[in-house]
Amino acid sequence: MISITPPVVAASGLSLTFQTSDGPVNALADVDLTIGKGEFVSFIGPSGCGKTTFLRVIADLEKPTAGSILVNGMTPEQARERRAYGYVFQAAALFPWRTIERNVALPLEIMGLSQTEQRERVKRTLDLVNLTGFEKKYPWQLSGGMQQRASIARALAFDADLLLMDEPFGALDEIVRDHLNKQLLELWARTNKTICFVTHSIPEAVYLSTRIVVMSPRPGRVTDVIQSTLPKERPLHIRETPEFLEIAARVREGLHAGHSYED
Amino acid sequence: MRWFTPSWQVLVAIVLCVVAAVLGPASGPEAGALADPTATIIYPYFTTKDYIFGLIFPAGAISMMRIPAVAAALVLFIGAHGAAWLLLSGIAGFEGTALAPFYLLLAAAWLLAWRCVTILSSLAPAGRGERMLLRLLIPAIFGLWLLIIWEAVTRGAGVPFVLLPPPSAIAARIANSLPILAADVKQTILKAVLAGYVIGCGAGLAAAILADRFGFLRRGLLPIGNMVSALPIIGIAPIMVMWFGFDWHSKAAVVVVMTFFPMLVNTVTGLAASGHMERDLMRTYAAGYWQTLVKLRLPAAAPFIFNALKINSTLALIGAIVAEFFGTPVVGMGFRISTEVGRMNIDMVWAEIAVAAVAGSVFYGVVSLFERAATFWHPSVRGG
Repeated sequence: MISITPPVVAASGLSLTFQTSDGPVNALADVDLTIGKGEFVSFIGPSGCGKTTFLRVIADLEKPTAGSILVNGMTPEQARERRAYGYVFQAAALFPWRTIERNVALPLEIMGLSQTEQRERVKRTLDLVNLTGFEKKYPWQLSGGMQQRASIARALAFDADLLLMDEPFGALDEIVRDHLNKQLLELWARTNKTICFVTHSIPEAVYLSTRIVVMSPRPGRVTDVIQSTLPKERPLHIRETPEFLEIAARVREGLHAGHSYED
Repeated sequence: MRWFTPSWQVLVAIVLCVVAAVLGPASGPEAGALADPTATIIYPYFTTKDYIFGLIFPAGAISMMRIPAVAAALVLFIGAHGAAWLLLSGIAGFEGTALAPFYLLLAAAWLLAWRCVTILSSLAPAGRGERMLLRLLIPAIFGLWLLIIWEAVTRGAGVPFVLLPPPSAIAARIANSLPILAADVKQTILKAVLAGYVIGCGAGLAAAILADRFGFLRRGLLPIGNMVSALPIIGIAPIMVMWFGFDWHSKAAVVVVMTFFPMLVNTVTGLAASGHMERDLMRTYAAGYWQTLVKLRLPAAAPFIFNALKINSTLALIGAIVAEFFGTPVVGMGFRISTEVGRMNIDMVWAEIAVAAVAGSVFYGVVSLFERAATFWHPSVRGG
């Protein structure tokens, strides 16, 4: 993963404190993390550990209160204005008044691409997430899994090298989730994007990632970074292998360690 | 299966008919003719009374037999409305002479119509066109009976014309005064209401967007807008006449003042209705304020904006008509109402009221149609 280009994300001493009516909340405290091109990094931890906040700082949706962070060697704001990343939210957040194809075309419209370019990209990305044939449907006519796939297509449509995914499959049932996990891995292999993936699920994190960042709450910080030894080619049944279970056990340990002095 | 299913409406109707037959004369002149058989007294229902019984009895009886629901409804419809027609046409010229049997027979016919609507409401036709027809037919029969009872009571009891004219007199007045009514509609609705509505709603929308864009406007303008909405229309109408003259411009100004605030408040609320996630999404695309407004926040606000448009469609009509009470050229719906009341031409007042009601309903209906087309995606429209 070492290259001459700057790392996709480089954070050092990153802290973020929210001022709430109950006093300050340390969402992130002194986080150091570097993410290289082509990595699939999962962030796992209990609620309030700052994993979503970290993703939002990368996306310039939150401003850090201390420390530094660079995205593609730029500030997050510059990176956002150059549309350096696609963001997939917890819910599909499709606009109900637009058809699926017009939803996917939304970022392209904002970027001011030509009609033909828009059509071509919409077709390509819908094909990538297996939604061909549903272009003219409205979001509320599709299942939750299809809606989330459409929102992934929307994030892929403008072809940013970095994909930020905030618990994208959290609200889906396990069968759909397995299916989408597999599709996501295939997509990652095909497009060679860098993916930052927030999740609550240990198997999901282990199955998908090249690196797993374990976080703990109050203050939100990184307790362990686990390099996956699994091969890049991962069939679903890899989840029953001893190697997989070993990594899962280490993630679980890391999560427990983060909790130990709290209760 | 039984060949006979009783319904209480029909049974009560038959009982009422029997009571009416026992009581005898249905009007004062008929009683007089019975008391003095030698005198030649013309009285209502001299020839038609048997037809009235002959409509209500068989229609009620047939409807309770085992026949298709549509046929039963049709029989009841003919029976009820035929009887009502004979009752109403018979009493014409003998206003105020009705006796108890008149009302009993009217009640019997009304019960048959009730049974008819009950049968129609329980129908569930498969065809789209038939469903549409039923949706129109049921309220139409309801409304018709409101008019029939109004007509029968005002004529039968001889209610003074200035208190409440019968609907037939109002209809005749409408038919005879079409040019006047058309001129009034043109003056009040096509000029004052439409102009005021468009300007008021447009200004409210624009002000809401400005208030959203600039914080100082939101804090400064909204409370003042609130105060403007509390202004009594009776108070501002004469002032608008002073400012903008007697013609429709001053009425349009009143309508602008009335419609501005509902639009402002609803749009401000609507612009805040889009979700945080959707707004974050637009931010990740580096979308500007206006792009976010046009592509996300205005579409999300559409249900609120249409709410204001619907509220304003009725407010505008009220505002323009009331404003015309305070000075106007000799044309306009409000002007006509205020002057014809003074001349005791109450039927003309009612004619204007009827026209205003129809115009208001059409206005509201058109806005609703646009709403359905524009907010088809909203759960309240797509149903689920």
